[in-house]
Amino acid sequence: MTDTELRVSKIESGTVIDHIAGGQALNVLAILGIDGTSGEEVSVGMNVPSDRLGRKDIVKVEGRELSQDEVDVLSLIAPAATINIVREFEVADKRRVTRPDTVGGVLSCPNANCITTESEPVDSRFDVLEEGVRCAYCGTIVRESIASYIGTA
Amino acid sequence: MRHDHLISAKQLSRGDIEGVLDRAAEIAADPGAFAEAHPDTLLGLLFFEPSTRTKMSFGAAMKRLGGGTIDMGSVDSSSVQKGESLADTVRVIEGYADALVLRHPSEGSAKLASEFVDVPVINAGDGAGQHPTQTLLDLHTIRENAGLDDLTIGIVGDLKYGRTVHSLAHALTNFGATQHFISPESLRLPRGVRYDLREAGAEVREHADIEAVVDRLDVLYVTRIQRERFPDENEYRQVAGEYRVDVDLLESAAPGLTVMHPLPRVDEIAPEVDETDHATYFEQAHNGVPVRMALLDQIL
Ligand SMILES: [Zn+2]
Repeated sequence: MTDTELRVSKIESGTVIDHIAGGQALNVLAILGIDGTSGEEVSVGMNVPSDRLGRKDIVKVEGRELSQDEVDVLSLIAPAATINIVREFEVADKRRVTRPDTVGGVLSCPNANCITTESEPVDSRFDVLEEGVRCAYCGTIVRESIASYIGTA
Repeated sequence: MRHDHLISAKQLSRGDIEGVLDRAAEIAADPGAFAEAHPDTLLGLLFFEPSTRTKMSFGAAMKRLGGGTIDMGSVDSSSVQKGESLADTVRVIEGYADALVLRHPSEGSAKLASEFVDVPVINAGDGAGQHPTQTLLDLHTIRENAGLDDLTIGIVGDLKYGRTVHSLAHALTNFGATQHFISPESLRLPRGVRYDLREAGAEVREHADIEAVVDRLDVLYVTRIQRERFPDENEYRQVAGEYRVDVDLLESAAPGLTVMHPLPRVDEIAPEVDETDHATYFEQAHNGVPVRMALLDQIL
């Protein structure tokens, strides 16, 4: 165990998301829909020194194992993240972040005139492009600050 | 063609387009031959925005194929006023009609509607999104006047919010047309449309002045610049003046230049242009009926 890891408490079972670009930890929580209201124990380390990233963030969520779909959504804001699933204090599984073809219900469309921003019975859906994402309904492309569109309108 | 729905010009291949245009030419040559093509067929007209010509031309097309229409009426008098979602509205009306024609002020509305019904949905304009049936009649007009091969076209006006522009520009990539996009800085093509054009292998040539390219065009496609796109009246007046097409401008054009406009126009084309051989916009509007007949004939 390194010094860095000690800064964030060890978890018994759950998920450790490491190598998040510095400053993105809260966006990672937001994109996963973790806001503390459902009682998960969450530890966050921000801007800790990293050989690979200079500064990185770490998120540990006790009692919740992320699914591959949830992990893939992270590729939008934390493409370098590594995910360890922990059971009884041991790393039981490692998940890799892969780019999904589409993400549903995670981002809201920045186009105020998009039908998905009205009270229609659909989730937002974005196609993932080489660079950025694109609303599957109105075609609006988002490349910058994707994290600011997290959440449903 | 046989698409379940017609939502975007992006769906249309060259073969699809030529299929509709060939049939439209047959219909125009002998409309009577199609008078009983679709008896007992009902077309549902859902216009959430005011429209006269698109709605009337769909109505005329359906009736000339032997069918009929049912009309939601204006938004003020419908249940939409009571807050019903579009998804609910189309699910109810699909039970009354064999296909739905939808015009709606929000981008993506036609796509959403198509996900909730089994009858074909035809997008007759979704906000600043797409207007693929206008494109089919535009292409028909271009084919009859300038030809679709080796075409050089200038598209001028509101390229940002102009749904007819978005659909036409994409459809023209099927024919390898050379396209010049002429607009004020604030009304340039949106990022999504540029992306699609480049994906389709087209080069996006942009200009601020019509004068820069008018001498090399086969077709000049003019669209309306709306007052509400500008923060103040002065800025609007200045821009509208710069992009006005008149006889002076057309002096430097090729004699065979075809001038088109999806109509309604306000000041974009001076009335004096109507008297020249360039003016093709009324013919263009008339093509709406045979082209929509051809489309309905293929979809239904
Ligand atoms: Zn959208």
